[in-house]
Amino acid sequence: MQEFLQQVVSGLATGGIFASLALALVLIYNAMGLVNFAQGEMAMFATFLALVLIDHGVSYWIAFPLTLAIAFAGGVVIQRVVIRPVERAPVLTLVIVTLGLATLVNGMAGFLFGYVPRSFPSPFSAQTVNILGALASYQDLGVIAVSGVVLVLIYLLLQRTTLGLALRAASHHPEASRLLGIRVSWMLALGWGLASAVGAVSGMMAAPILLLQPNMMQTVIIYAFAAAVLGGIESPLGAVVGGLIVGVTVNLAGAYVPGVGGDLQLAVAFAIIIAVLVLKPNGLFGRAAVRRV
Amino acid sequence: MAGSASRVAAAAAFMVIVAACGSSSSGTVATDTGITGDSILLGNTIAQSGPAAAYGTIGNAENAYFTYVNNNGGVNGRKIKFTILDDGYNPAQTVPLTKQLVEQNQVFAMFSGLGTQTQTSVRDYLNAQKVPQLFVATGATTFGKDYQQNQWTLGWQPPYQGEARIYAKDVITNHPNAKIGVLYQNDDYGQDYLKGLTDGLGSNASMIVDKESYDVTAASSSIASQLSKLKAAGADTLFIFATPGFSIPALVIVTKLGWAPTIYLNSVSGPAVYMLIAKKSGAALKNVTSVGYIKDPTDPQWANDAGMQLYKQVIANCSTCNANDGFNIYGVAVAYTMVDVLRQAGSNLTRANIIAIASSKLNETNPFLLPGITVTTSNTDHFPIMQEQVETWSNDAWHLQGSIISERGTLG
Amino acid sequence: MRFLRQAPARYALVLIVIVFFVGLPTVVTSFQSSEWTQVLIFAIVIMGLNILVGYSGQISLGHGALMALGAYTTAILVHRYSLDYLATIPIAGLLTGIVGFFLGIPALRLSALYLALATFALAVVTPSLIKRPEQLTGGVRGIELLPPQPPQFVNDAFTAVTGTASMTSDQWLYYLCLAIALALFWLAWNLVRHRPGRALRAIRDGEVAAAAFGVNVAGYKTLAFAVSAFYAGIAGSLYGLSIGYVSPDTFPVSLSFQVLVGAVIGGLASIPGPLLGGIFTFWLPIVSNQFVGSQDWIPAQVVSVFKNAGPAVSYGVLLILIMIFAPRGLVGLIVSGYAWLQGRVRGAAERGTGHAPPDAQTV
Repeated sequence: MQEFLQQVVSGLATGGIFASLALALVLIYNAMGLVNFAQGEMAMFATFLALVLIDHGVSYWIAFPLTLAIAFAGGVVIQRVVIRPVERAPVLTLVIVTLGLATLVNGMAGFLFGYVPRSFPSPFSAQTVNILGALASYQDLGVIAVSGVVLVLIYLLLQRTTLGLALRAASHHPEASRLLGIRVSWMLALGWGLASAVGAVSGMMAAPILLLQPNMMQTVIIYAFAAAVLGGIESPLGAVVGGLIVGVTVNLAGAYVPGVGGDLQLAVAFAIIIAVLVLKPNGLFGRAAVRRV
Repeated sequence: MAGSASRVAAAAAFMVIVAACGSSSSGTVATDTGITGDSILLGNTIAQSGPAAAYGTIGNAENAYFTYVNNNGGVNGRKIKFTILDDGYNPAQTVPLTKQLVEQNQVFAMFSGLGTQTQTSVRDYLNAQKVPQLFVATGATTFGKDYQQNQWTLGWQPPYQGEARIYAKDVITNHPNAKIGVLYQNDDYGQDYLKGLTDGLGSNASMIVDKESYDVTAASSSIASQLSKLKAAGADTLFIFATPGFSIPALVIVTKLGWAPTIYLNSVSGPAVYMLIAKKSGAALKNVTSVGYIKDPTDPQWANDAGMQLYKQVIANCSTCNANDGFNIYGVAVAYTMVDVLRQAGSNLTRANIIAIASSKLNETNPFLLPGITVTTSNTDHFPIMQEQVETWSNDAWHLQGSIISERGTLG
Repeated sequence: MRFLRQAPARYALVLIVIVFFVGLPTVVTSFQSSEWTQVLIFAIVIMGLNILVGYSGQISLGHGALMALGAYTTAILVHRYSLDYLATIPIAGLLTGIVGFFLGIPALRLSALYLALATFALAVVTPSLIKRPEQLTGGVRGIELLPPQPPQFVNDAFTAVTGTASMTSDQWLYYLCLAIALALFWLAWNLVRHRPGRALRAIRDGEVAAAAFGVNVAGYKTLAFAVSAFYAGIAGSLYGLSIGYVSPDTFPVSLSFQVLVGAVIGGLASIPGPLLGGIFTFWLPIVSNQFVGSQDWIPAQVVSVFKNAGPAVSYGVLLILIMIFAPRGLVGLIVSGYAWLQGRVRGAAERGTGHAPPDAQTV
């Protein structure tokens, strides 16, 4: 029982990391109906920039918001320069562009920062806390807590502000939005900036645990996709819940299901994606879309 | 492409002339493909991109040493030209790139190819072509053990199974009642270590209460699942057979789980830079044992050591190399052996002579290895380095224990 | 005969290309032939992917996994069951094709984005799945394959023509791949020219409308999956034979990505596109990795920056630029360039008559 609880708690901890990246994916989807394959790489790169600031003596509490601002600006710039020219293009073109972007960012990070793993400071201590006999560190809990905060902020923005409304309108009905005076293209840029900033949060929360190196997010991105798909790709709440469920399921399957071992954790995530797409494609919290002919 | 054709022609003409002049049966003056009047051409494939890119610096460190040698007169008047190609750790790239180096660039020998699967994939080809595959950069035991079938192939670093056997002996001697848990990477690297441990324990193999593997595609923090299982199985001694990307989180997670086992850590993940990252992230690092065979650049006991000072001088030739990275001193050390072999060949610079020296006539004291460790091969033993020394971690550094342990003769 | 009169220049071009490829090994080294073998193998899988993506409009980021299936089928049959390697090639293709059909069924329900995600996840998870059944697949260690030697009569023919002592395994593999590639390209051309091609294009351009016209959408879409998997299986089998080794490491997710990129850059929904895609996919990494380093006139610092960051960064940048400026790929560029040239050559009388440029789809 003790061990089961530990597996669950550890799973929630890892799931928190998946959840935080999934939030960024969901934001991009809300902004333009596309999943950004480069989200993880952008998050990693932003975290490296934070590390550069910190190494140069900037305090963590200044570096953190500064990095968010830089990430936001970077997201906007990328949308203007790289995505806008192919905005109306078919999904395939956009997928390739984001994959190209991922390659580009990863290569740049490798060149600029090298491949040796680096530690990254966390506002939470590494001390462990006892939860009903299972152990987790404050950092682990911190990731989940921060994801929750970001979730609430995103929800408030998207559902309770005019700006959020304009963002969603621009994404779902671009033509009608233009008629209403919404500057659709800038809404998309805003979406990208926000997603990039959320990604930076994810990176800075995950790096103390995963260790910062250019390939840090490559293993996480599939789990984040699984989380987003499970939760419903439009739903930020779904991203967080999905992330936690994926984390726990991966751990429990690896520990208790005969035949599945620790080495097939990724396969479990894959199975989750397939199961959701076959059984309930809109995920736990998604709404069924009506396709107009 | 035109360049290679003329190079082929030049090499062929050269060989004809040399043959005509009589490369005599005494073999005093002879050359081979890849040797010109003033240069020796060596080829290498290594991961400089992709998931294993952290190893890429090894090639650059080797080149730094060759540059140093070239700047100091070269090898018997010839400069070494080292061509490094990126195979991304993918054997599907290694094969065509190696073929290119052999058939188009016409290298004299392949040196320090990185990776077990990658070098296995070209082993048959290089042996069929009779091109030396020297000092492969992997501890996979097969590269020394299967010498009889692949006489043009040679390893260098201590084989993983040999290292694991040292741990096995240590555990039996110092912790005879230990309950062992093993965390290992699910690839040839981890599996090789595991085999060495199991074989080394012999009849005591039942000391292993649980073993858990992970795939390199796992998110590094998710190995908490495997470590929990090992702890729950009652293990009080933990073996970590993992590359640094996973060994560091493992050390942190062990502490986080409130677990304080005796830890044996494989040497590849041993360098102090990695241990200190683990410490910064919260690892307690109590009771950690490993083995070493190379001097660690961050270890203060070597600060005034002649070999370490030479290393610092050499590594300055490489602008992208971090001098504190243990991988770099590895590169310089193995390049030292390569140059040693070339020098020993004297004017008989043929492929056959080079592999003969490397596989059976090496007897070298290497300034970058721990004192007392030699690089030796003989007619019956084709593992160049088979000695390591146990070290334990305390006060932010490794401390060598006891004396050098030799595993010679234990791995056929 | 009708179409020969309509576009003789195009068929002459095809003939020239075929002659070029048939004659290639007689004038270049064995190693260089082996490089072009890889180009042909990529061209085969890209052709299959093109049928799926270009003609039926379904995205796959997982064709590397299908190649792995074909490669391992050949490797296991040869290594464990001592089958003749030639016989294993069609078996690999058929088996992979069947798997592709079964993949195509759930794919029907997925939108473009989800299909991309699902196939991407498949590609990522494939290496760890391969490692599991160790007895069958050799696990991490993989399976080694002996280089196939040319049959005697082929060897005799080749040496008679070129005057060399004997035909190398690399040269034999080249001709084997060329023969298969020609057959498969011819097959694809016929598929595309006739009903299946029209049906697929109708589905791609408007699924609901196509269904309204009586096209069996589900049937054709799964057929497209099956056919493209068949191609991938054959390409994978040849890939394993030409490298001489299969292991989980030889099928990373980047392979799936590379072939999709090759299909798009070559030019979707065209027959010559995959060949250009194959050339691009194989030669770009080599050029970007080695070419810059070998040019003496480029200063060392620039070379070092390029070598360290170059390949990945330039690949990413190139992809983005091509998607923005030439989304129809190289074939699209050539076609537009040709049309522009035609327009200028034919003079003012024809400008403005609304003649459409030659359709790249009906080679």
